[in-house]
Formats: sequence, C-alpha cells, structure tokens
Amino acid sequence: MLDHLSYKTPTPKVIHGAKEDWELVIGLEVHAQVASKAKLFSGASTEFGSEPNSNVAFVDAAMPGMLPVINEFCVAQAVRTGLGLKAAINLTSAFDRKNYFYPDLPQGYQISQLYHPIVGEGEVIVDMGPGIARRVRIERIHLEQDAGKSIHDLDPTMSFVDLNRTGVALMEIVSRPDIRGPEEAAAYVAKLRQIMRYLGTCDGNMQNGNLRADVNVSVCRPGDYEKYQATGDHSVLGTRCEIKNMNSLRFIQAAIEYEARRQIAIVEDGGKVVQETRLYDPDKGETRSMRSKEEAHDYRYFPCPDLLPLEIEQEWVDDIAATMPELPDEKKARFVEGFGVTEYDADVLTAEAENAAFFEEVAKGRDGKQAANWVINELFGRLNKEGLTVDTTPVSAAQLGGMLDLIASGEITTKMAKDLFELLWTTEKGGNPAEVAQKHGMKQVTDTGAIEKALDDLIAANPDQVEKAKVNAKLAGWFTGQVLKATGGKANPAVVNQMVAKKLGLG
Amino acid sequence: MSELNNLTIAEARDALRKGETSATDLTMACLTAIDAADGLNAFVHKTPTLALEQARAADARLKAGDAPAMCGIPLGIKDLFCTKGVPSQAASNILSGFKPEYESTVTSKLFDAGAVMLGKLNMDEFAMGSSNETSCYGNAVNPWRRQGSNVALTPGGSSGGSASAVAADLCLAATGTDTGGSIRQPAAFTGITGIKPTYGRVSRWGIVAFASSLDQAGPMTKTVRDAAIMLQAMAGHDPKDSTSADLAVPDFEAALTGDIRGRRIGIPREYRMDGMPDEIEALWKRGTEMMRDAGAEIVDISLPHTKYALPAYYVVAPAEASSNLARYDGVRYGHRAKLAQGDGITEMYEKTRAEGFGHEVQRRVMIGTYVLSAGFYDAYYNRARKVRALIKRDFETVFAEGIDAILTPATPSAAFGLGEMADADPIAMYLNDVFTVTVNLAGLPGVAVPAGLDAQGLPLGLQLIGRPWEEGDLLNHAYVLERAAGFVSKPGKWW
Repeated sequence: MLDHLSYKTPTPKVIHGAKEDWELVIGLEVHAQVASKAKLFSGASTEFGSEPNSNVAFVDAAMPGMLPVINEFCVAQAVRTGLGLKAAINLTSAFDRKNYFYPDLPQGYQISQLYHPIVGEGEVIVDMGPGIARRVRIERIHLEQDAGKSIHDLDPTMSFVDLNRTGVALMEIVSRPDIRGPEEAAAYVAKLRQIMRYLGTCDGNMQNGNLRADVNVSVCRPGDYEKYQATGDHSVLGTRCEIKNMNSLRFIQAAIEYEARRQIAIVEDGGKVVQETRLYDPDKGETRSMRSKEEAHDYRYFPCPDLLPLEIEQEWVDDIAATMPELPDEKKARFVEGFGVTEYDADVLTAEAENAAFFEEVAKGRDGKQAANWVINELFGRLNKEGLTVDTTPVSAAQLGGMLDLIASGEITTKMAKDLFELLWTTEKGGNPAEVAQKHGMKQVTDTGAIEKALDDLIAANPDQVEKAKVNAKLAGWFTGQVLKATGGKANPAVVNQMVAKKLGLG
Repeated sequence: MSELNNLTIAEARDALRKGETSATDLTMACLTAIDAADGLNAFVHKTPTLALEQARAADARLKAGDAPAMCGIPLGIKDLFCTKGVPSQAASNILSGFKPEYESTVTSKLFDAGAVMLGKLNMDEFAMGSSNETSCYGNAVNPWRRQGSNVALTPGGSSGGSASAVAADLCLAATGTDTGGSIRQPAAFTGITGIKPTYGRVSRWGIVAFASSLDQAGPMTKTVRDAAIMLQAMAGHDPKDSTSADLAVPDFEAALTGDIRGRRIGIPREYRMDGMPDEIEALWKRGTEMMRDAGAEIVDISLPHTKYALPAYYVVAPAEASSNLARYDGVRYGHRAKLAQGDGITEMYEKTRAEGFGHEVQRRVMIGTYVLSAGFYDAYYNRARKVRALIKRDFETVFAEGIDAILTPATPSAAFGLGEMADADPIAMYLNDVFTVTVNLAGLPGVAVPAGLDAQGLPLGLQLIGRPWEEGDLLNHAYVLERAAGFVSKPGKWW
C-alpha cells in the first residue's frame, strides 16, 4: 500500500489523568493457530469441536518414548505468514523446550522457538481511517505447540483435561511496542487476522480461540515515546504489565483502556507500577493480577534434543513466495487506483478476500464506483442482515453485473434496479437480469413524446404550481416528481428534469 | 546340542538354517535357564507365552526358507524399551503397571526379523546408574564372582540385567541402551561384547528417554560377530525419530575380515588417569600389543578436553533428564499418589514424584533443574554444551589425521561388590563412566570387548572408539582384538 498510497501517522491516544496527560505504549504477542489439518508434531487431527480426547496421538499424550516429528505444512504456513508480513525468513531455526508443570501440558514442556525463531523482523500497516495508518514493526514469529484444556467446573472435587488442542501448531507473532492506543491495538489484531485469512494460514476464529493476544501496556508522558524511538532505550518508558490471553477485539480495547487508567492512577498517586501478568475480567471490566515478576515461572528453556535444527532452503521459500496471493494493502491500493473507489469503500471491499473477488467480478469493465455502491450497500448490507456470505449469496456477481449493465445502458432506472435486485434475491433466483426485467415490465421510458404529454397535462391542471415554480425554481422539482409518478417510475429522471425546466421557462 | 542357550547368535542361526535345532527348542532352553536363574534377578518380566508364540512363527518362517539372520533367536529386552502389551517400566515405580499400546522401533525391527522376546531385563531406574542398584526391582547380580569369594558383584549399569542375562547364557543376546556407558560398562563387567552405535544409527522411538541427545540403543552379545548381526537388525532410518540418520545400513558382518594391517590405532594419553589400577594399565598395554601384532600402526594421540567430559556429561544428561521426566506426573499413566483431603494439583505432583522416583533419579532431576535455571544456565548448561563441542572436535581432529580407531580401557576397574558404593560420594559412582562418556558426548560408535581377567578372575574389557557411521570397520577392529585376546572364560554357575 505504501508503494501506492501515502499515509499520515495517527495521533497517539492521550489520556487526561487527574494531574497530567499520558500516552500509551502497547506491544502485542498474538497467538495464531496455524490452519492445518494435523498438529505440529503429531499426525493427530486439529478439528474443532470433536469429542474430548479424541484427537490425541501418543506423542500428544506424552507417552513414554514418543518423539515429535515436525509437520512440514505447518512450517510452510509460518513461512507464508512471514512473507505476508514482509518479514525475514530464517533458513535455520531451532526448537526449544519451555518447561512447566500443568495437567493440560502432558510433556511437562511446550516445544517452542525461543532462541532461533523461523521468522524475523517484518511489518504491518494498520489502517486507522482514510489516509491514516500506523506502521507496526514485527519482531519475530515463532512456531510452538498449543496446550490442552483444563476444565475445572464439571465436578466439585476433580478437574478434567481435554488434550484435543494439545500440540496444535501456533504462530506467536510478536510486535514491537509501536502501538499507541486501544483502537490501534484492536485494528492491529484485525489487520493481522485479515492478512492471515488472505494467506490461508490462520482462520482467525477468535471465538474458538484460534487467535488470541497477550497485550503489554505501559504509560508514559508525552514526548517520552519519541525519546525511546530515538534511542531504543526502554527505560524512558513506563513499567509494563502483560494482559494475558484475550480473544475479543472489544475486550482488548476495554482492557487496555482500563489498564492504562489503573497505571496512571498509581503513578499520579506517587506509586510505582509493578511489572506483572494480569488477567482481564470482562464481566467486571477490569484487569487483576495473575502473578508478579517474582512469582514468574522459571521456564528453564533449552534446545529440544528430540529435534534437529530446522533447515529450510531458499528455493523452498521462493516457491512459497511465488504462490502468494495479492495482500490487502496491495488490493486496496489497486481498487482505489483502478476502480476509482474511495479508500473507505476499498477498505470495506477488501476486508475479506472473497468479498474483494466478488466485487472485482462485478466491477470489471464497469463503473467501479457504482459497482462499489451496489456491492457494499445493497449486496453486503443484505447479506449481513440475513447472515449470509458471498459464498452463499442468492444474487451472483454475474447477475449484479448484468443489472448494472441495464442501468448503464439506460434500459432500467436505479429505482427499477432495486426492484429487480429484490426479485433476483427472492422469487427470480438465478434469473438473467435482462429477462427478469422484461418479464416484469421494467423498462425506462425514454420516449420524450410520452413524457411531454404527461407534463403538458400536469401544467394545464396546476396553474398555481406553475406560478410558484416560476418564482421559486426549486419548486419545479414537484413537476418532475409528478411526471415520474405518472409514468410509473419508468421515465428517465434526467430527461424529465430537462423538459420541466424548458416548459416552465426556467432556462 | 544339549545347552542350546549357550549358543551364540551366529551358531544358532547356522543350526536353525540347517534344521539342526528349532526356534522353539532354543526358546525352551532359554526359558528353562531363566527360571533357574532367579537369583540373578536379570529378568523382571518374563514373557514365555509370547516367546513360544514368536518361536513357533519363526520356525514356520525357517521352514519356508524365509529366515533373516535374527529369525528364531531368543533375546532379552531391556525394560527401557516399550513393548506392546508387556510391562515397560524403565525399572521405575512411577511407571508401575504401565503397558504400552505400541512397540518400540528397535523391538519391532527385531521381531520383524523373527527374533523372540523372552522377557524384560533389569536395569538402573530410567537408565540412571552404573551398578543396577537404582532399579525398583532390586539389583541384578553379576554371574561372575571373585575367585574364592561369594560376595555378590554388580553387573554394572544401567544395562545390568542385559549383561547378566547374556553372560549367564539366559538368552543368546540382549538389547541395551547407552547414554554414558550403559552398554559398554556392564559388558566389560560381565565379559561380553556391547556396542553403542553412532548417535542416530538406531531409532530412539519407543525407548523411554533419559537424555535424548546422548541415548542410543545397541546390542549386548557373546561375540563381536553377534554384535554385528544384531546391530544390523536394529539399525536404520526411522521417520518417527527426527534424530535418526537417513543413511543406508551397510553389512556389518561382512566387514569382519580380521584384517587391520596398516590401520592406525590411536592411544589417547589423557585416558591414562591418575590412580588407574595397574591391572587396567597392563590390560590396555596388552591390547595395544595385540593390535600392533595384527599389523596395525599404534599412534600416541591427544584428546585434550577429555578431563572435562565427565563434568559436562553430568550437566547435559541431568538437564535433559529433568525435562524428559516431567511427563511422569501421575496424570495419565503409571503411579499416582493417594491424595489427602484438600490436596491440589501441586500436592499430586509432589507426592506422586516423591513416591515414584528413586533417590538417584530425584538427584539427577534436581541437578538438571538447577543447571537449567535462570541465572545458572550459562554457567552450567551452556558451558557444558561448549565443552561438548570441543570434545567432539578433539575426535574429529584425530580422525582427520588418519586415525582409524581409538583404543582405551572400558572401565576404571573390574566389577565391584553390590553395596560397596552405598556410602560413597555419588561422584565415585559417576567415575565409572570416565572412559565411556566422551563417546556419547561426541556421538561416536564405541564397543567394549572382553580382553582378559584380573587377578581375582573377573573379566576386564577394552574399548574401541570408531569414526561416525563406521560401525562395521569398528567391529572389525573389535573382532581382531577379540580373536587375539582369545577370551573364552565363562562364569562358574552358582545361581
């Protein structure tokens, strides 16, 4: 996008404390479940919603003597994601063990990539409105195993464990602290989600926990962040707290807002923010302490001796790069330039790759702006209302395009088109727009003789209105409306307007 | 052939192929010997029904003329190997009652080749120990005794049950595993042959992990030829083990030409340890002369980082073990402690692991946890990794200079008495591994060959270390040594 469109940096969010103004500094660790049928180190299925403990291989259950074997497809997905974030791909990476005890972690360690991640530095452009975007730097992406699920509320004395999710591949996407407000944080996660959905590397279903975020928040005085940027010195920033495991964009915003205000209140009272891990309670709308830095686990990371360093070849990476789809930024820029749509509309149209493809089919060789209006307002509006998607739409791109052609050629009016759209959506599903229009007598009257007769009759019957219109030209619209009404909406409004002005001598 | 269980693999193979005996008869002979040898405590789970079933199947294959070398050969399997439906506990209470739903790659390969499993063999708990005394089943006993003494001796460890069973002719051969010397030291203590192959030669899949970057399975046999035959059946690439090498397995037995003329044998000066018993020194010297007499050139070499090997090993191995053993938590299988009212998950972990793990395992888990801890990682684990790289480089250097094999003692002493080390500093026990750990740290193949008896009539072994992936060549050197040493002694039967 930056190649084509230029952007301004958004203004950081400022919170007015009791004593002074404060800014936020935010960095995120996003855990994205790799879209893959099989787990990262076992062949077990990743299907969501299966019977508890049905998608569990011996490796996942950490049976004695079982060994992990890397799933090549998951590696390719991580590389693809890295390329989508314009990031450096590390041809050699390695897996480490992060050791801690929990019943839903059967091995007693999570296999992750602490020291040598597969993807290095990249960037994401986070759109914050037309002409405004934040460039968020990506520090790294690493592959790791998900844990299982502990269920504590099924029995008063026992806990249950479901290992279906154990060993599912995650990408942890770590940003730099470049995000400056709650809205930006949510927009950043939404943009990551959009890019990964374009790439097909993560389905981004936040409700199912396929995309979760840990958010690091600190506050600083205006100007401090610029000092940090200039020097790279974190100590000029405030102490951060990490809010764990959030799976809703709304909660992310609310939690950051709450957390920032909590920290500001502490500092303004002369206190010090304690570095700690916190949890967001959506019911109470507040964050609470989970564990302090002192209580933090010692994960005893060390290289996983069951796995050799992961070596990939540049050619393999190039092959993946060759199959990359057009990404949202590029597509958006192309829509603005090629179809003349507004940036706002381009945002809406490119939100999902499928939607963008639908729009392109409609707009190709037609008036892009008009196509955008119809796709966004009529089609998307209706789909949303009825809980449908472009994959299940009753009106196809070809039908909508055919309809736009009828408007463009003057065969039907815009009003008729709306009726035609309704017919195609309901009783005339799958019909050819031209044939349906004909069948239902939708034909714009361009015969000036008929329009003239209707107008002459009207003038003759309403001398008072004629006098009023001559005094106030705006009232001439009444005649246009009446003519359109008299012709059953089939007259071309432009032709009628012209004739009214002429007959009334309004020049 | 009255004493079928005394046969070597090669002898049995030939007899079976000629139809002079049957797998069933061989198996029966071994089962009888095993039942008469409870005093050795070598077998901890006997599987006679399975054994006879496998033997009958082997006989059918033999009859059909489809008989790989291991077909019909009765073996003992170290308890560290997961064997489907058969207790596999790594000699630990924490795996009490555990019967795997899967078969380790090594035992699968052996069974596919027609081998017969007689039962599971005693070992140190989780392969941690050098005397078999950390086993939850109580120690196995060495069939050898000092002349005129009835003091029970250790068979060594951790593969002590394997060594005891092979030396006492309870089976034709056994599987072992070697993380720091666990095949070679017990082999030396019991007068048998044991080879630890190159790391990655044999799949680790289905073998209970101790220290993943060091563990390697290998055969424990009565002769070098048997080691070649059995290793052949155990080795090979396994896609289920990412550290297993995708290399073809050469014909190891064919490599036993007995000709080492012109080969260069390195004698590392750093292995001449202070306080080394004269008998070991003398044995080493005799071995050197045997190699020279066979036409090899003897070269003094230096492996300068040898003295750091033992400390590095006792950082790396416990570090990996502390993580590998985290899965024994009482949640899914094996032992779970009875909990008191109000106990939570932490108490469940603590009580289960306190009850399930023996002292030596607990010690190593604690050492490993410590060396990986924040603030100590660089000082211990990372430094040990660096030392390990230097040790590997020492070997690479001498091999690059044209050394074909390295000859050293296998152990610093003959088998010691059970309980003799009970009050000693654990370090004294760890010193048993002083000649063997370097090989694991460098990932090289190493073989222990019986080379003589000490003054008390106990077997002593020599170790040969070879180039990576050249087990055949290494075994050929061992074969020369074996023939020259002419070790034919057997322990007198007292059990």
